Amino acid sequence: MRLRTTLAASAAALTLGTGAAWADPVTVGLITTLSGGGAGIGTDIRDGFQLALTMAGGDAIHLVVEDDGQRPEQAVQIADRMIQSERADILTGIIFSNLAMAVVPSVVAQDVFYVSPNAGPSPLAGAGCNPLYFNAAWQNDMLHEASGAYAGANGMVNTFILAPNYPAGTDALTGFKRRYTGTVAGEIYTQLGQTDYAAEIAQIRASGADSVFIFLPGGMGISFMRQYAQSGVDIPVISTAFTVGQDNLPAMGDAALNVINSGQWAPDTDNDANRAFVTAFRAAYGRTPSIYASQSYDTANLILSAIAAADVEDRDAFRAALRAADFTSVRGDFAFGNNQHPIQDVYMRQVVMADGEITNRTLGLAIEDYQDVFAAQCTME
Amino acid sequence: MPVTLALIFEQMLNGVQFGLMLFLMSAGLTLVFGVMGLINLAHGSLYMLGAFFCAAGAAATGNFWLGLVAGTAAAAAAGALIEVSVIRRLYTRDHLDQVLATFALILILSEGTKMVFGPFPLYLNVPPILSGTVDLGLTPYSVYRLALIGFGLAVALGLWLLIGKTRLGIRIRAGENDREMIAALGVNIRALYTLVFALGAALAGLAGALVGAVQSVQVGMGEPVLILAFVVIVIGGIGSIKGAMVGALIVGVIDTMGRFLLPRIFATFMEASDASGLGAALASMLIYVVMALVLILRPKGLFPAHA
Repeated sequence: MRLRTTLAASAAALTLGTGAAWADPVTVGLITTLSGGGAGIGTDIRDGFQLALTMAGGDAIHLVVEDDGQRPEQAVQIADRMIQSERADILTGIIFSNLAMAVVPSVVAQDVFYVSPNAGPSPLAGAGCNPLYFNAAWQNDMLHEASGAYAGANGMVNTFILAPNYPAGTDALTGFKRRYTGTVAGEIYTQLGQTDYAAEIAQIRASGADSVFIFLPGGMGISFMRQYAQSGVDIPVISTAFTVGQDNLPAMGDAALNVINSGQWAPDTDNDANRAFVTAFRAAYGRTPSIYASQSYDTANLILSAIAAADVEDRDAFRAALRAADFTSVRGDFAFGNNQHPIQDVYMRQVVMADGEITNRTLGLAIEDYQDVFAAQCTME
Repeated sequence: MPVTLALIFEQMLNGVQFGLMLFLMSAGLTLVFGVMGLINLAHGSLYMLGAFFCAAGAAATGNFWLGLVAGTAAAAAAGALIEVSVIRRLYTRDHLDQVLATFALILILSEGTKMVFGPFPLYLNVPPILSGTVDLGLTPYSVYRLALIGFGLAVALGLWLLIGKTRLGIRIRAGENDREMIAALGVNIRALYTLVFALGAALAGLAGALVGAVQSVQVGMGEPVLILAFVVIVIGGIGSIKGAMVGALIVGVIDTMGRFLLPRIFATFMEASDASGLGAALASMLIYVVMALVLILRPKGLFPAHA
């Protein structure tokens, strides 16, 4: 099951002629889920990263890809091997927060950078923040907070909320409630990987809620939305890009239409970098990129920008180069806060059928220049 | 949020429906174990194949029912092929060898499926005739879930007739009791084993295809169900179809009602979101607790096959 890809690329900034840019390629280890139910998301993470390297050209990065099988212990072993045998200077790629919680502390303890293209569990954004840990996606709560703010501002006063029982699930419901002004009609934690939601849908039906908020990434979301569509319950669903993103929509079909969800990015995000990215991704892989692919593409460009500016062996200089975030994000404005998590805009999107493809269309801004609430607990300047 | 009669009724239906799908899965598993003494971990992969071929068949023909036939047939064919090429060499080996070999089959079938169908989940929808809900008086209920209950009961009846009333059934039962003797009596035991294995695979494939319409058709979808199916046959008594039926209903109802009621019970004396988290965690353990109790009180299960 191991998949190992070596791909060389270089920063466009080679032309700057800095000493760092002429050094040997920097080894980046990408650990992600390429087998089992999470394989679709992992494939998007890998493909987004490789696309950025290909588009940049050159050989600044030596990329090593391995499959974590969505198992924390396996991810930790791979990380150690990448650091000790492959001499990786930077690790990235993990999708699931429970894996990130197992891997990230041990990686940074070995004086190696970790740049997250997805998982942003709250402990790592707050008291557990670390100079070598960066998140190029979001802190876990962020998108859910935007959905909560939207629900409250759009007349929803009694929302039923549902998420799997694992770190990102608790972050999701806590995040939703943080900016939601209405009451919670019911709150359910489901099993991670649960496939049947009949018992939960029955409770939603009986709850008298005026809206349902779900965080069910990957196959869990597909199962829920299909069963919800067959249940006759017509309470509107609001969610985030993780549940009704491009990785899931083709399998959900009509069951997902009109669902309003939040995301810092959408395929139609209006900027030149994004148009180039979406066009190139479609041309290279024959499908529309998901939000995961966009985050991974940004992660690669962030790392490339730092390699162009500093030598990775000089941890302080390289850290400063990463913090500068001197790259063009496909989501638009991007800056790091003190905890090295993004300060960014979050948009509301809606699932629509456009040109025969089911996809998300941006509705408008939900929260602007938003920094996660855990940054205050991080002692880094 | 009050617990109304309508809600309890709907949850009971959900539990029964879930149980009957588990029955389709465990019937094949228990049959194969009972007749051949084989632990087949790859049973979940056959379930996955059923779902994938149903989705592919339905997408190609635009007809769910043709997809259902394709899924069941593909799982049966894969089962027969696996029996002839791999499983046949394992009957005389011990259970550890069987576990290792069939675990390897899981990896091969999962990666093979990913290579053929890609890493993204497939689209499969409920057929139009079974979509929507029907009013059951107390509550509206999904027509498709009612149909799943019907399918489960029909298969149970069919299996009961097959095992109890036909010549093939007599041979299967004889094979469970004394394989050397029925071979000596001139029954082609190799063909019988292939047939039984294919039948078990077809049941798994049928379950996968039926459930695939309301779940995510993705690589690895079979393993969580496989674990539940093992719980079912341990509770019901390994090798017993009747035990699988009773065990499946017990697991289906207890799992559903536990998920529904435990958080509410905790919510009476603790904060709602903590109660929900703790209740969910305990609900996911509940069926294993039941299994442990059954093992303590009746170590051979509720309906031991060789009592």
